[in-house]
Amino acid sequence: MQAFILAFSKPKLGFTLENFINVIFSQGFREAFSNTLIISGIVIPLQLAFALALAIFVNKRFKGYMFLIYIITIPLALSEITAGLMSYSIFSTMGFLNKLLLKINFIETPIYFFGFTYKFREFIVIILSELWRATPLVFVILLAGLQSIDKEYMEAAEVDGASSWQKFSKITLPLLKPSLLSALLLRTTFAFQVFGNIWILVGRDIPVLAGEAYYWQTEIRNSNIASTYAIVIAIITIIFAFFYIKTLRSSYLES
Amino acid sequence: MRKVGIIIFSIIILIFFLAPVLLTFLYALTPEQDYYNQSKLLPSYLTLKQIKDLLILLGAWKAVIRSVQVALISIILSFILGIPAAYAMVRYKFKGKNLLKLLILLTRTFPLIVVAIPLLMVYMKLNLNDTVISVALAHTSMVLPFMVILGTSVLATIPEEFEEAAMVDGLSRFQAVLRITLPLALPGLTAASIIAFVMSWNEVFVASILTLTNRTLPAYVINTAYASTDVYKFAAGVIMALPAMIFIFLVRKYLVTVWGLALK
Repeated sequence: MQAFILAFSKPKLGFTLENFINVIFSQGFREAFSNTLIISGIVIPLQLAFALALAIFVNKRFKGYMFLIYIITIPLALSEITAGLMSYSIFSTMGFLNKLLLKINFIETPIYFFGFTYKFREFIVIILSELWRATPLVFVILLAGLQSIDKEYMEAAEVDGASSWQKFSKITLPLLKPSLLSALLLRTTFAFQVFGNIWILVGRDIPVLAGEAYYWQTEIRNSNIASTYAIVIAIITIIFAFFYIKTLRSSYLES
Repeated sequence: MRKVGIIIFSIIILIFFLAPVLLTFLYALTPEQDYYNQSKLLPSYLTLKQIKDLLILLGAWKAVIRSVQVALISIILSFILGIPAAYAMVRYKFKGKNLLKLLILLTRTFPLIVVAIPLLMVYMKLNLNDTVISVALAHTSMVLPFMVILGTSVLATIPEEFEEAAMVDGLSRFQAVLRITLPLALPGLTAASIIAFVMSWNEVFVASILTLTNRTLPAYVINTAYASTDVYKFAAGVIMALPAMIFIFLVRKYLVTVWGLALK
């Protein structure tokens, strides 16, 4: 597998360093890089907290919890593009949110969420959309982690009269640490590859790394610049993937 | 009190995760004039016009067929290559096995984006660019490690004794695997194939870089979305989402295992 990938990656080494450096120091690259960082920096922590709350809630195993798990994992079945289109159904000018607010006379004219002059609103829509799309992935990892925690610990804590906060902070959280870490790292590597969702919603209004690679390749047909973006994504991914593998190593190989 | 809390939370979660899906389906079936009418929160009637137009008049059905072809080819290839590998992982001890396991896990994080452009160069040399096969091969590289990981966990649940008993009765190892182990592993392996199908069905980046006229469905949609009106965008969303959602529903009990797997 690795050999397959490496073999096909070779043609890239032919480029001169000059092109690479030019791209790295360009305005466009800086913008795409910082946008990717900002979006990941806001989305990922929110997502971890949200997914953890969801996983703990669902793990109470009340009646119908399996149904709830299925609903939460729906976005896992969807492509990035579909997720983008679905967010669009809420936020477009004629979308549900605007129509609802108009109906209850909260606003008089539709709110424009998209357009180059509304970058801040576009950012908010993207963050909500990413939260919707990718929280389920973190959720299933954490849920699997929670399910593997031995019930006896909880029962012992109950006998000792521990409060629910004590149970959470002293038992659940430490035992869930490997899952949390692997969810965090996996999600971070994926965050640097995001493009379809953002592309569908705002196009290049808010450029991100993978989106720029796509743009330079398919629209400008400049493979050199596109490859530079791809390589930067690869380097970042490899760094995070390295730590991801290190955390998995102990827990995975024992089984 | 506790019960009420659970119900309220469940409803909030349901609304958050379901609303965008339901609205997309609703708007895809909404007549265009109703959608663009500000005062109409709900459509006066439902229509299949957009979905039909998109599939037949605008030719999206060809993209659908290509997407299915790509997914099937990559599943078959990764099955043929991946299941023997998974079998070896489960049954044999060999040097470097742990390293191999980690490398396979690593490929799950590896961005296909990075291989897309060099692959295009290679395909152009081989005159393979813009073909179903080219995308299928690229998707195989995405699906294969996943197939090995899942295949390993499925095969590990089948006791070795069954095979040994069959071998004592005079079957070769290959025959024993074919007649005993594979049939037993079939439900799990089917689930793995279905998830692999959805992965390939949904993949955009590589598909849109490798194809120009012979687009797969997601590549087709991302290239036409800007030029189409909102209701047609939602129709495209429905055509992409519906099969994937049905498939994932069929294998829902495997979902937590697939991603949580590495930490079990």
